[in-house]
Amino acid sequence: MTIPCCGPKCSGFCAFISVWGIIMLAVLGAFFYVHAPSLAEDLPINMPLWRKQDYNYNYVKDLYRKAAVNCWIAAGIYVATFILSCIMLKINLRQSNSS
Amino acid sequence: MMKITIITGGMGSLYRSEEMASCQLFLQAEAAYACVSELGELGLVQFRDLNPDVNAFQRKFVNEVRRCEEMERKLRFLEKEIRKDEIPMLDTGDNPDAPAPREMIDLEATFEKLENEMKEVNANAEALKRNYLDLTELKHILRKTQTFFDEAMSDQGMTEESIVLLGEEAVKTSGQPLRLGFVAGVILRERIPPFERMLWRACRGNVFLRQTEILTPLEDPVTGDRVHKSVFIIFFQGDQLKSRVKKICEGFRATLYPCPETQAERREMSLGVTTRIEDLNTILSQTQDHRHRVLVAAAKDIKVWFIKVRKIKAVYHTLNMLNLDVTQKCLISECWCPIRDLEKIQMALRRGTERSGGSVPSILNRMETKEQPPTYNCTNKFTKVFQDIVDSYGVAGYREVNPAPFTIVSFPFLFSLMFGDAGHGTLMLLAAIAMVVFEKRILRQKSDNEIWNMFFDGRYIILLMGAFSLYAGLMYNDIFSKSINIFGSVWHPTSGEFSAEIIKTHKDLTLDPTNDTDYRGVPYPFGMDPAWQLSLNKIKWLNSFKMKISIIFGVGQMFFGVVLSLQNHRFFKDSISIFCEFLPQVIFLTCIFGYLIVLILHKWIAIDATDAGCAPSLLIGLINMFLLNYPEEPCSSRVPPGQKGLQSFLLILIILCVPWLLVLKPYILKRRYQATQQKSSSRLGTSTEDGKSAEDAIDGAIQDDSHGQYEEELNLLEIVVHQCIHTIEYCLGCISHTASYLRLWALSLAHAELSEVLWNMVFRVALKVDGYLGVISIYILFTPWACLTIAILLLMEALSAFLHTLRLHWIEFQSKFYKGDGYLFDPFSFDKIIESRADEV
Repeated sequence: MTIPCCGPKCSGFCAFISVWGIIMLAVLGAFFYVHAPSLAEDLPINMPLWRKQDYNYNYVKDLYRKAAVNCWIAAGIYVATFILSCIMLKINLRQSNSS
Repeated sequence: MMKITIITGGMGSLYRSEEMASCQLFLQAEAAYACVSELGELGLVQFRDLNPDVNAFQRKFVNEVRRCEEMERKLRFLEKEIRKDEIPMLDTGDNPDAPAPREMIDLEATFEKLENEMKEVNANAEALKRNYLDLTELKHILRKTQTFFDEAMSDQGMTEESIVLLGEEAVKTSGQPLRLGFVAGVILRERIPPFERMLWRACRGNVFLRQTEILTPLEDPVTGDRVHKSVFIIFFQGDQLKSRVKKICEGFRATLYPCPETQAERREMSLGVTTRIEDLNTILSQTQDHRHRVLVAAAKDIKVWFIKVRKIKAVYHTLNMLNLDVTQKCLISECWCPIRDLEKIQMALRRGTERSGGSVPSILNRMETKEQPPTYNCTNKFTKVFQDIVDSYGVAGYREVNPAPFTIVSFPFLFSLMFGDAGHGTLMLLAAIAMVVFEKRILRQKSDNEIWNMFFDGRYIILLMGAFSLYAGLMYNDIFSKSINIFGSVWHPTSGEFSAEIIKTHKDLTLDPTNDTDYRGVPYPFGMDPAWQLSLNKIKWLNSFKMKISIIFGVGQMFFGVVLSLQNHRFFKDSISIFCEFLPQVIFLTCIFGYLIVLILHKWIAIDATDAGCAPSLLIGLINMFLLNYPEEPCSSRVPPGQKGLQSFLLILIILCVPWLLVLKPYILKRRYQATQQKSSSRLGTSTEDGKSAEDAIDGAIQDDSHGQYEEELNLLEIVVHQCIHTIEYCLGCISHTASYLRLWALSLAHAELSEVLWNMVFRVALKVDGYLGVISIYILFTPWACLTIAILLLMEALSAFLHTLRLHWIEFQSKFYKGDGYLFDPFSFDKIIESRADEV
């Protein structure tokens, strides 16, 4: 815990990207959850499988929900990354203050 | 009324530069120093050099300047020593006044004492270190040679000569004393191989060298470098070889040390050396402590001293620019100062006279002059960056209309047209807000990084650009290349027309805006309809829209520029230019591009999708207007009845404007000049017995010249050529600059496409991964997507859009009215001097 694995600039950058990731992935997940048509092209639609189901809309709805959950879990992992980078920042600050 | 508001002060107007007055300053000799230093603190007076031909060494105060430079040299030496020891220099942000001349002597004495002390300490330290080095080397030699002798001792199977090498016992064989001598020394490790070779060749192999490395690097006393050395010992026989060996050692700069022959002696010597080394160590550390203490005491005040010395030097430089008057008691200077601040300057002079205890007050006299005054724009921290942008192209002429206040709005606006993405705009806005909120803290830190300083100085313009881009992104409905649906899309394909079978069998379908089923009939209330993002013809539709608004905004800005030129003509009372330049320019611009804008608006309002096949083409229509070509075949019924007549009339106006712009002004100027020549010659012809009438004649001649400038022989050729260039520049420029504004469309298209490609190629790959692996892929791929967004879209694209906006302002907008032939007001200000030198040091 006393040796930081990255310097002050690196951990600051990681913290910034994590915050951006949390906010953006949470919002993206919310948009997936309400079936936004803008995101339709980003879904992992398997065309032959869908054709077999006779282009049932429920297939797409299910994919939307799964994508939303994926985004939210990734946002959760970014929360952990954010906490980790904050700890790194504090260690760096303490080291630079003491030396 | 106007004059009163100017004199009562407050923030000057940014619309035109400040009114400047040329003044003469009479300073009493004793009070001169104090007055100039007060003016330096104020920073509102620009002194003119009244002795431009005088050599720097012949000026009046050259001795004082030399003394100041000596002091600066000493201070720089001290600073170097402080930096070498890595002692932090205290920067309290104090701003001491320029000290009085008598204080200068005290400062000089202090610096002299400090410098001498430092030099002494350094010299002592060097001598001590040299001594230390010698003793250390000797210690190594004594230790290492022990091993050489030991080795030889242990090896019994050596020849007689080797036994003799020991020198312990002198063995006599066959009567010849085979006593071998030796020298021991230390040499740089790199020099050993050539050293050995040289010894071998010079002494014909009759000497014997042993060497071993010293493991710890030794410190060179002069340079402070750490060098690796080796101990060597050379055995030889006879005096000739001895002298040869000694010469070679000298040549290779090896240091020789006297090494005793017996082991007992060596041990004794080694003990003595060790104690001496310990003593030296203590002395060295005490010297270092003393040096450190002296430097720490100096580091507390050194920044303040620097400021004081620079202020003194600046005051003497300025005093050198003044003239000594006839009575030798008064210094005269000429300067420029803003009329608004004359009161402040008078008060500063009064303060200076009081401080120096002089009895005669200093006098500030306004002078009339024909020189062009400098341009002084009062800016605050917000408007400074916009004024700098304008000044980079060219400083405004005296009291010309300043484009800077308009740039505050038009620059971010045009930038946002090219950068329109709400997501990127938000990021830019947040970054700028962070810089603005923490600006006091960041200003205190005073970074050296030039790129960071550039971004930080432009924080307000980045703030505005980010805010405007956020708005433009919402208008284009583009957030990180996705559209959001706030109000409900107006495109509603109903299940009647687009049944399930049709959708399943067709890959692409077209929605028809003319019937009521697909299109609700009322457009999306704010910005682009989100349905466009998913359509295949999105780019074609957006191109048409963006091109038209680019032309509208471009022509609008150019028209505004021409109107500003009218303001300039009115201010400078140049009525010829209003009639001969402004009017034809406006008519030319309006008839071609004003008419084009009318056509654009007509096409947007009057023609809807039912006439889509017959919509009039704008560009072809404009070209046909000039070629008087009205084709009959496609949709001839669509041409409004009066259009042909109107366009012909406009064309005649346009063609008339060109000779109007080209010929009329030189003709009028020539006629005026001829009229004045005739008048003055006719008046001179009349009898001069009435002196009054001759005066009237001259007055009349001068009044005829509307600019109030000196009469000059009219150079007709120059005026005609100048007018020719101006006409061609304007007429061709109108057309090419209007086309140039299409870059607003081009860059916004490029930005949108880059953003979309980045999403599709990087982030969509993560989203397309099915199942729980998708979580990992989203987590991993988000970071490169974010980094590339920052690097490519936020840094590179923003820089590109910034440059294009800058070009549009400098060339397309400012060429319509801006002369830019002034020079900046450069007042004598201590703050400026100290800041600029702080960057150097």
